[in-house]
Amino acid sequence: MSTALRHSERQIPDRLTRPAARALKSWESLLAIVAIGIFVLNAWASPYFLDPWNLSDASFNFTEKAMIAFAMAMLIIAGEIDLSVGAIIALASTVMGVAMTAGAPTPVLVLLGLGTGLACGAFNGMLVARFGLPSIVVTIGTMSLFRGISYIILGDGAFTGYPDSFAWFGQGYVFWVITVELVIFTLAALVFGVLLHRTSFGRTVYAIGNNSVAARFSGIRVDRVRFILFLLTGLMSGIAAICLTSRLGSTRPSIASGFELEVVTIVVLGGVSILGGSGSIVGVVLAALVMGLVTFGLGLLNVPGIVMSVVVGALLIAVIAVPRLWAMARAKSRKR
Amino acid sequence: MQADPRPQDGATPVLSLRGIVKTFPGVRALGGVRLDLFPGQVTALIGENGAGKSTIVKVLTGIHQPDEGEILMDGQPVHFPTAQAAGHAGVTAIHQETVLFDDMTVAENIFIGHAPRTRWGLIDRRAMRERARAILHGIGADLNPATRLRDLGIASKHLVAIARALSIDARVVIMDEPTAALSHKEIAELYGLVEKLKAQGKAILFISHKFDEIFRIADRWTVFRDGQFVGEGAMADVTEGQLVQMMVGRSVDQIYPKRPARIGEPVLTVAGYCHPTEFSDITFTLRRGEILGFYGLIGAGRSEVMQALFGITRPSKGACRIDDGIRVIRSTAQAVEAGIVYVPEDRGRQGAVKGLPIFQNVTLPSLSRTGRHGFLRLAEEFKLAREYTRRLDLRAASLDQDVGLLSGGNQQKVVIAKWLATKPRIIILDEPTKGIDIGSKAAVHDFMSELAAEGLAVIMVSSEIPEVLGMSDRVIVMREGRIAAEFEGEAMTPENLVRAAAGIGQPQGKAA
Ligand SMILES: Nc1ncnc2c1ncn2[C@@H]1O[C@H](COP(=O)(O)OP(=O)(O)OP(=O)(O)O)[C@@H](O)[C@H]1O
Ligand SMILES: [Mg+2]
Repeated sequence: MSTALRHSERQIPDRLTRPAARALKSWESLLAIVAIGIFVLNAWASPYFLDPWNLSDASFNFTEKAMIAFAMAMLIIAGEIDLSVGAIIALASTVMGVAMTAGAPTPVLVLLGLGTGLACGAFNGMLVARFGLPSIVVTIGTMSLFRGISYIILGDGAFTGYPDSFAWFGQGYVFWVITVELVIFTLAALVFGVLLHRTSFGRTVYAIGNNSVAARFSGIRVDRVRFILFLLTGLMSGIAAICLTSRLGSTRPSIASGFELEVVTIVVLGGVSILGGSGSIVGVVLAALVMGLVTFGLGLLNVPGIVMSVVVGALLIAVIAVPRLWAMARAKSRKR
Repeated sequence: MQADPRPQDGATPVLSLRGIVKTFPGVRALGGVRLDLFPGQVTALIGENGAGKSTIVKVLTGIHQPDEGEILMDGQPVHFPTAQAAGHAGVTAIHQETVLFDDMTVAENIFIGHAPRTRWGLIDRRAMRERARAILHGIGADLNPATRLRDLGIASKHLVAIARALSIDARVVIMDEPTAALSHKEIAELYGLVEKLKAQGKAILFISHKFDEIFRIADRWTVFRDGQFVGEGAMADVTEGQLVQMMVGRSVDQIYPKRPARIGEPVLTVAGYCHPTEFSDITFTLRRGEILGFYGLIGAGRSEVMQALFGITRPSKGACRIDDGIRVIRSTAQAVEAGIVYVPEDRGRQGAVKGLPIFQNVTLPSLSRTGRHGFLRLAEEFKLAREYTRRLDLRAASLDQDVGLLSGGNQQKVVIAKWLATKPRIIILDEPTKGIDIGSKAAVHDFMSELAAEGLAVIMVSSEIPEVLGMSDRVIVMREGRIAAEFEGEAMTPENLVRAAAGIGQPQGKAA
C-alpha cells in the first residue's frame, strides 16, 4: 500500500519555539518589567516606600481582590464573567454579622462566610449553566439582588464587635511582616495556577473559551465546567469577605462596592482576553502587584482619592487598549 | 509536463500572478508561484492539502499581501490592499471557510457591504430580497431570503456564500472547493452556473480535490506542490494519473482499499427514532466490523440523526441499544463513555477548536487517558498526537501550531485524528474526507477499513457516491427525514442511490 510508505516521510516537530523563548516575548514579561519599573519609581519618589512594614501594609491593596481575580480569570477564559463578586462579599459579610450578633464563634463565622459565597456562586452558576442565560445579564441582576439583601438586613446600620480571634484573618501575621492575607493570596495563586495550567479541567476551560460548541462536540461537559467556575468564584469571594470583614472589623452594606470592576481590571491587565480563550495565572499575579504598587505609590505621594480613581479608571481603559496595540505591533513585526 | 501556457485561441490572460511569495511563521506557503486566468475559461488549481491554494486565493482577494511578486490585470500591475479593492477591480471569491453572519438574514448576508439603496440612500429591503431570491434561484437554492442564517444547515450556508460571491459583478470568479459541502443535486446546479459564467466571458479559478469534476468543467489546469508552481496546460492534453503524479510526486492507488471484514454481532440498534421536525421513524442496526454508508440529499436529515445518536439533540421518541443494554444518551460525554464518537460535518464550528494547538485538539477527548489523576502529562499528549497525525498524513509546521492556521484539509485531519485517538467502538463520520486531497483520502480510507477489520463499527455519512459505494458494506438512503431505502451487494449502484435519494420511481433495492 503506497500510503504505508508515506507515513515515515515527514515528521512534524512537537514545537518550533521553546516555551521559555515564548515566555520571554509574552505580555507577562512586559508586566514584570512594568512592575519592577513602578517599584523602582516608588522607591525613588518616597523614602518611606522601602520600609518592610509599609510594603506589608500596602499588600492589602490587592490581596483580597487578587484572590477573587484568580477565579475570575478562569471564568473569563471560559468566556463568562461574574459581576456580582462585590455583592457576594457584602452578603457573606452580612450573614457573618448576623451570626456574630447571635453569638456565633469564629469557626462558625468562617463556615458561614464560605457557605454564603458558595451558595451565591451556585445560584449564578445554575442560572447560567442550567438555563443558558448570558452571564453578564445574570450577574448584573444578582449584583443588585445580593447587595439588596444586605441593605434590607442592615439599613443604615453596621455590624461591629467581631470576636478578637476573628481579627486574625485580616489583621494577623504569620511571621514577621508576612500577613495572613498574603499567605492566602500565595496559596490561592499556586492552587489556581496548577488548576488552570496543569490539569485536564484547566484544559477544558481553554477549549470552552475558544469554541464552546466544538468543546461540547468533543465530549466535554461544558455546563458542568461553567457551573464549577461560578462556584469557585463564589468560594473565593467568600474567602475575600472573611478577610475584608476581619480587617475592617465591621460590616456595612456598602462593603466592597466597586470590587467587581477592580477585579476585572486586574484580570484584563494580566493579559486574559476579555473575549475568552487565553490568559495565565502568572499574568494575574503580576497585574495584582502592579495595581497594588500603583495605588500604594499614589497614596505615598499624597494623591487625593478622587485622582486615584481617575488613575485606576485610566488604567482600566489602557489595559483593554494596550494588549490590542501590542498584538497589532507583534503581528506587524511578524510580517517583516 | 510543461504545456503551452496559452490556450488555443491565443487569448491574453485577464489576471496573471508572477513570482508570488508568501511566508507565515514557520511555513513558506507560497514560494514564487505563477498563475494565469483567461476570459471564458475555467482554470483548475490542483494541489495537496497545504499546497498553498487557499493562500493564493487570499492574495488575489486582498486578504493577504504577498511578500514578493506582482499581480497583473490586463497586463497592468495592480495592488489589492483590501478585500474591497479586489471587489472593485472585479475579483470575487467563494472562500473555503465561509465567513457569514449568523444573526443576519440570508439576503443581508448576500448583500452586506453593497446593498441596493433607495432614492433616500437607505437600504432597499424589498429590492434586496428580490435580487437575493433571483440569485439563489439561479444556483438552484430555494432558500427564503428572510431566513436567519443561524437556522440553516452548513450546506445551505455554503449556498448563501456562493450567492454572495455572485452578487458582485466580477470579471474573475474564484471558487475554493465550492462542491465540498454539497450533494449531487446542488453540484449539478453549480456546474450549470459555471457554464453560464463561462459563456459570459468570465475567468474562473476552480479549486477542487475531486478529479471527476475537474475533468468535467475545467479547460485548463495549474498544479502547485508545497507552495511551488509545478506546471500548467490544457485539460485536453493531460490524464488524471499525470495530474496526481505532479501533485503528490508519486502515483496513488485510487481504488478504495476496502478490506473484507468479518461482520459480527450487532453493536448498535436504533429503533423508531423520531424528532419533532428533523426526522422520523429511524430504525437500523449496525454490526461489528461493518461500514454502513448513509446517503441522501442536503436536508435529508442524516446529520441530525447522527447528532441525536451522539447526544447533541434528544430524540422525541425511540430508543437505542448499544450491545445488549438500552441506553439513553443525554450528552456527548455519555456518548463518548459508551464508545460512540462523531466526526462532525461543520469542522469550523463543531470540529476544530481554533486557538488551541494541534496536539491539544487531538487529545481533548482523551485527556483522562493521556493524563493521570486529572493532571496533564504533556509528553503523553505529544506522543498520542504524533502517532495519529502521522497516520493521517498531516502537514503542519509543528504540533504546537494553532489549528486555525492550518489549511482546510489539514484541519479536517486533526478532527479525524482526535476521534480515532479515543479508540472508539462506534465511529460516526459525517463527510469525513471533505476537503481532503487524494493521497490523504486514501490514507483515511485505508485507516478506516483497517479499524473496521479490527472490529470497529463505522457509520459513514457521505454525499460522494464513489466514496459511499467504495467503502460501505451496506448503504442506507435517507430522504426528507426518513429512511427511503437500503441497499446491499449488487443493488449498490449509483443509479439506485440517486433515485432513492430523489424519490424517483421504485428502486430495485428492498424499500424500507
Ligand atoms: N495565517 C496563517 N498562518 C500560518 N500559516 C498559515 C496561515 N495560512 C496558511 N498557512 C499555512 O500555509 C500553507 C498553505 O495553506 P493553504 O490554506 O493555502 O493550503 P491549501 O492548498 O488551500 O490546502 P487545502 O487543500 O487543505 O485547503 C499551510 O501549510 C498552512 O498551514
Ligand atoms: Mg484550502
